[in-house]
Formats: sequence, C-alpha cells, structure tokens
Amino acid sequence: MLKKLFWLVLLPGLLLTACGHTQETTLPNGLRVIVKEDHRSPVVVSQIWYKVGSQDEPKGITGISHALEHMMFKGTAKHGPNEFSRIIAENGGRENAFTSYDYTSYFQQLEKSRLPIAFELEADRMQNLTLAKDEFSKEIQVVMEERRLRTDDQPEALVAEKFMATAYRVHPYRHPVIGWMPDLKAMTIKELRDWYHRWYTPSNAILVVAGDVKPKEVFALAEKYFGPIPARPVERTREPVEPKQTEERRVRVSVPAEVPYILMGFHTPALTSAGHGDVAGWEPYALTVLGGVLDGGQAARFERELVREKKIASSISVDYTAISRSPNMFLIDATPTRGHQTGELEQAILAQIERIKREPVTAEELRRVKAQVVASNVYSQDSVFYQAMRIGQMASVGLDWRMLDDYVKKLNAVTAEQVQTVARKYLVDTNLTVAVLDPLPMTKGKRRMPPPPGGSNVR
Amino acid sequence: MGKRGRFLARIMALSFIAFLIPVNAFATPKIQHWTLANGARVYFVETHELPMLQIRAVFDAGSSRDPADKAGLASLTSAMLDEGADKLTADDIARQFEGLGAEFGAGVDRDMATVSLRSLSDASLFDPALDLFATVLSAPSFPEASLERLRAQSLVALRKEAESPGAVAEKAFYRALYGEHPYAHDPRGDQASLKAITRDDLVAYHRQYYVGANAWLVIVGDASARQARNIAGRIVGQLPAGRAPVPLPLVRPLQAPRLKKIAFPATQTHIYLGQPGVRRGDPDYFPLYVGNYILGGGGLVSRLSVEVREKRGLSYSVYSYFLPLRMPGPFMLGLQTRNDQRNEALGIARKVLADFVAKGPTEEEIEAAKKHITGGFPLRVDSNRKIADYLAMIGFYGLPLTYLDDFIPNVEAVNAEQIRKAFRQRVHPDQMVTVIVGGGR
Repeated sequence: MLKKLFWLVLLPGLLLTACGHTQETTLPNGLRVIVKEDHRSPVVVSQIWYKVGSQDEPKGITGISHALEHMMFKGTAKHGPNEFSRIIAENGGRENAFTSYDYTSYFQQLEKSRLPIAFELEADRMQNLTLAKDEFSKEIQVVMEERRLRTDDQPEALVAEKFMATAYRVHPYRHPVIGWMPDLKAMTIKELRDWYHRWYTPSNAILVVAGDVKPKEVFALAEKYFGPIPARPVERTREPVEPKQTEERRVRVSVPAEVPYILMGFHTPALTSAGHGDVAGWEPYALTVLGGVLDGGQAARFERELVREKKIASSISVDYTAISRSPNMFLIDATPTRGHQTGELEQAILAQIERIKREPVTAEELRRVKAQVVASNVYSQDSVFYQAMRIGQMASVGLDWRMLDDYVKKLNAVTAEQVQTVARKYLVDTNLTVAVLDPLPMTKGKRRMPPPPGGSNVR
Repeated sequence: MGKRGRFLARIMALSFIAFLIPVNAFATPKIQHWTLANGARVYFVETHELPMLQIRAVFDAGSSRDPADKAGLASLTSAMLDEGADKLTADDIARQFEGLGAEFGAGVDRDMATVSLRSLSDASLFDPALDLFATVLSAPSFPEASLERLRAQSLVALRKEAESPGAVAEKAFYRALYGEHPYAHDPRGDQASLKAITRDDLVAYHRQYYVGANAWLVIVGDASARQARNIAGRIVGQLPAGRAPVPLPLVRPLQAPRLKKIAFPATQTHIYLGQPGVRRGDPDYFPLYVGNYILGGGGLVSRLSVEVREKRGLSYSVYSYFLPLRMPGPFMLGLQTRNDQRNEALGIARKVLADFVAKGPTEEEIEAAKKHITGGFPLRVDSNRKIADYLAMIGFYGLPLTYLDDFIPNVEAVNAEQIRKAFRQRVHPDQMVTVIVGGGR
C-alpha cells in the first residue's frame, strides 16, 4: 500500500528526468537517487555523496569533514567498529571513501546482486553512527599519520598547501582538506558529533548507482533502505566569496629537497559560477580548451616548446577543472631542467600565456584538442566507477548531471577567439599567485622543520 | 554491541551464499589466441559494447634485461620510441596520435616492456593510428638530441625520488633483497649508469629485444577476429623473428636477516620487510594469495591493518603482498609511522607476521577470504582495460588460457593446511630484509 503511493509520487519525476541511460528520482525525505545503466558486466558501484567538504569548515576545525569520513567506518549501534568493511569484504566488495574541498563521498563496488547490502549499511551509518571517544582518539592518530605521509614529508605537497593559503585570503579553499595539524590535534569527539548531525541527512546527500541494474529496482531498493530515514533540513551558512585579487602574490617554501619546483595559478570561474554577472556560460569550456592547447598531450605547446625545444622544463602540467562548488583556479606546475631556475621557467610560461593572448590558437590545435575530448569521452565509459564519479561530482557541487550529455558539444563549440578572451581576462598578472620550492640541503639525520600549516584525501 | 554486530554479519553472509552460484556461472572473456610466423603470440578478446580498441605489445625487455653497468637502458629505450621513427619527428608523432584522439603509451617494469595504444575503432581514426603505432614500434630512430633530453629528465626524476622517504626505502629494499640479481636495481637506473648509456646501446637493445620471438600482443575491443588478425600482422607481424633472450639468473634465497637503516629528514619512518617470494605460475600461488589476503592484502580487514592501524592508530597504510614475477618477485610488508613510534610499529608488524607463519589462518578467516575473492571476481574483468591487463599477464607468463575460468575453483580449493605449509616453506620471518628510512637515530 505504502509502496504504491510512493510510486505514484515518483512517476512524474521519472518521466521528466529520464535521459539517455541515466534516471533520477528524489525520495520524500529529500535523498536524490541517480542511476546510470551499464550492462557490460554484472557489477554495480554505489556511491553516496554528502554535500559537505573542507570548504564548509570554520577556522579551528579544519579537516573535520575528512576526520568524520574516517570515523564513518567505526561503527553504529548495529554494527561494531570495522564491521562495515568486513561485511563488504565478505561480499566480494571493494570500498573506500574520499573527501574534497566540496564533498565527502563513500563507495562500494560489488557483484550486482549485493547492492542491498551496501544500501543497508550505508543507510545505517547515515543516521546511527556511534562516534565513540576511544575509537576517535586512535583514528585521529591515523589521520595525522596520513597528513605526515601525504603532505608533511612531501616537499611539493607543502608548496601546494602554501599556494592555496596564499591565493585565497577569504574563501576556505585556503585551508587544506586534511586540515592543519594543530586543528587535528585539538579536535574533539563533540565537534565531530555536531558536524555529523549537521550535515549527514538525506536531503544533503546524493546516491549514485551505476552498473548492471534497472533504475526502477534501484529506486525501490533505495526507498526500502533510505526511505525510513527522517527528513532533516540542512542549514547552510552563506559561503564567503573570495574578493577579486588585485595584485600578484608570491610565496617561497624552504624545506629539505633536491629539485626546485614552481606552482602558478590564476583565479578562474567554474561551471557553477558561469552564466552570471560578467562571466559567460561558455568561459569554463574555453578554459578547458585552453588547458588542452597548453598541456593536452605531447603535441601541446608546453611539452613541445618548453620541454622539447627550449629544454627549460623537465616536466610541466596544467590543472583546471570546470566542476567545483566555488570558483577555483587555472594551475600550472613545473620542474625546471638542471641548470635552470624557477624564475626563468616562470618567464617562459608567462611568455607562452602572452602568445595565447596575442595570436589566436591555430585551427589545427583546436581540432586536436577536440579530437581528444571526443575520444576520451568514449574511453571514460570503459570504467563503471568513473561514470558514477562524474555524475556524483556534478550533482554534489550543485550542477545538473545532464550537462554531461552536452559536455562534448559545448567543448566542440569553443572558438579560437573565446580561448583568447579567457586568457586575456583571467591569465593576468594582478590575478597571479606563484609558489616556489626553494630546496634546503637534505642534511643527514636532521629533522625537517615542523610542518608549516593540502588537495583531496582518500581514506 | 560487538557480538550483536558479528551475529548480524553472519546472518547476512549466510544469506548470500545463494549468490555465489551466478558468480560462478559468470561468463569470463573468451580469449582467442594464435601465433604469428615470426613467433609473436597474440591474445584477442572481442567486445563491441564500446567503439574503441585497446592494444598492448609486450616484450621481455624490462629492466631485468639492463646490462650490469647500464641500468636504465630498458627504460630509456622505451621512453625513446615516440621521439622519432622512420622519417617522423617527435612532433609529427605526437600531432598525429593526438589529432586522431589516440593514446600512445610506453613503459617498463622489472619484467616487461609494454607499448600500448588506445584508439576509437572508427576505421578513419584507427587505421592511421595503427600504422603510426607499427612504425614507432618497428622503426624508432632514437635521435641523439632526444636521448640527451630524456637522460636529463630521468636524472631530475631520480633526484625528486630522493626527496621521498617511501621511494628511498623501496629502492633500498630491492637492493637488499636481490643483491647481484638484475631485479635489484631501480628500473630508472642511477646517476652513473644513465650517463653511461649511448645511442648505440638503445639501437642494439631495440634490435635484440623488440622482436617477434620475444613479443606478446594483446588486442581487446571492437574488432572482428578477421580484423584482429589483420591488426596483429600489421603491428608485430613485420618485426624480425629474432630470438627469445636467455632465462634470467636464479634468485638466491636470503641466508640471514639483513637490516638497512637510512637516516632521512622526515616526520615519518618508512619500514619495509620482506624477502624473495614467488614466480608467476608457482603451484603455491593460490594458497599464498588467499593467505596473504588474510595477513595483509585485505585492506582494512587484514590482520596487519587491524593490529597496526585499527587497534593502535600507528599507521595510515599497512599491507603485505606477493608480487609474482618471471623469477621470484618480492614478498613485501610495508608501513609508515611517526618517527618515535617506529620500534613499536615494527615490533607489532613482525609479531603479526611470525604468528601467521607459525599458526596459519583460522577456518573463519579462510572462509571470509574466499568469499571476498570469489564474490568480487566480476570486478576483475569489468572493463576492456582490466581484460587487457589479464591477457598481457596470461600471455607473458605463459599461464593457461583458462586462467580466468579456473580462478574461482582455484581459490575455492585452497585449505588451511596448504596456506600454513606454503607460508612456512616460503616466508621466513627470521631471515628477512628490514629497511628503515626516516628521521632520528
């Protein structure tokens, strides 16, 4: 009886949102469920995305979203610590979780018939997490070890951390996802409980399932396990907006290291901020193509001219993603060849950028970038996990995943003029931040300086 | 709470025995295999769901084939393939591949040199990509200027690795484990050996090892059997037959424990423990694989992870594995921890290992391990890329073509006594290499 009622409520939504092989519904308690069919193999991936990440963290408790992610494996009233992992393992599953600036996500990959197991466990820990003090006191040590491993003992990761703290003055992207070490040391179980209760509700979550499943069956299963969780609205505070940068910013990081390194970046819009004010809807696509012209492979300009011709860069790469909750950055990182300084390399990179502004990119370059986009869109379908990942990322930062269907079309529509326009608009010196690794001698036995107060962290 | 949790888990686990049947019935990829006139062995799986092809040419030309004083030769030869071929420059090659949306790759590990191509199957894109791939594979020109550049890049990469305590520890581990054996050195080479390599060395290495008798070709994707035969002929059929290289030297077992401590400016100490393990195709492979899942292979539920991480919070990552190679590859146990906790962490890891070797797993653990490995089998072959990985392994190591079909029965057949016996024979906790890299003294 109840179920029938449910389907009545559900059906109109289904009709509206059926699109390709992906369908979406929303449970009455606010949980969004998105299902992507891929029948190549009898497998399924289930991912739950909570719209909470390090950018939601106030000063003083940085890293709490990631610490909570660790604690999500430490048991509920029903299942003891580590039972979640044990049950998934016994069912042939692989599982993990990751936290970023924008979201916290948990996933299981299973043979398709075991999906109910993942749902039962995930629904349980959405509402019944124990958050025991003794478990927390051990697990926060694990998190600190993770920080030492990924950041404190990695010179380039330290540079990236300092870079973000310099490029952002106001917006919380300035804090590392894993948190500053003093905050990790001071964190309490009470703070975790509050964080959990504030953010872990059905209406702040998106369930993405991809694989050899039927949407209707997944929706019914989701209703069975997640449906009974009471609705609870999430109160979001207004997100701080990073004021426009008006001057070049620089930071040097001096730690024991062997090789210099440079990280440069410009504030740029993302799809979430495009189409409003003075940011045109096509700009993130043009920035993506610009990234491809500079760094989309061995034929791209950086590799061809800075690595092969000038031999000034030993390695170089561009990182820009159009998918983030707040405006992010167009990043370029590089290592000079021996005998060259980071300063020379910086000038060479800036000269490349000036050329983009001066002369439109060639038709051949545009064609090549677009050929790569078309092909890699097909290649990406080889991974069921990645397909779910793309949908979940889009949805959790507040974008319509249906935009994925138009992604190739939109990139194909980018013109040489648009590439030039975004370069002129964003890749300017008043919008530039530069962080440089200045190697100190790796003196034997001498301990590295205490870590100065970085990225996405996988559990 | 704990007991109740276990009880529920047991009920759930029981209710899923029923699902093991469809998993067993799950169709594994159908492998077609043939050999070309020049000796190259071809492995093909036809899948038409996606309009793409995954191609991998594998040669017994990994770093274990480096001459003693020229470590890094295999790696440089591989990296130089797309720097020029026939009359084409590196720019031409890059422009053509990328203009077609094709992805070219080349790399080496200790055993294999792998050259790969991923392309859309549309003939107007695939045909030119395939021709270019064949040219790069058979007629690289190894320009002198590119060699200088890639050598310089390798030297920078080596110096970067010297910044990472984990990389320093891993290199020291292989050196301590393998001594004079060609598995000992870093596949990238070292400062001195890289400087000794000349263009003539690359030409000779390519001529000797990139030949039909030393080649395995993997094709997975949107092609018919007839097309696959054509593809194979065009890629490796043109290579000279050449000769298969002589077998690698035997790996000597360790006779006594070895301890290597390296002071390093870091907040953590990285610890590696281990010894030479097994060859690919070893009859004890499945008992060791299932046993190691219990010891340190099973993510957060392994004994090592439970004792070192879950119970004590000493390490973010702690694991063990066997890496089977042509000759016995390493058995390795690894962890990292804050400098002042290293003795405690090392003591616990050693105790867990010694205890496992002495007493073996419990029946419960074996059951759980088998359920994990068999229940998750479909995940191993759920993409063209993973199928290509398996084909390369099956071909290169001469495993039976039924390897994937036999996988679940082989796992199911393992029992406690086999695991105990295999571990006692193969793993000697009192004769291990221990590498400790970190701060403090």
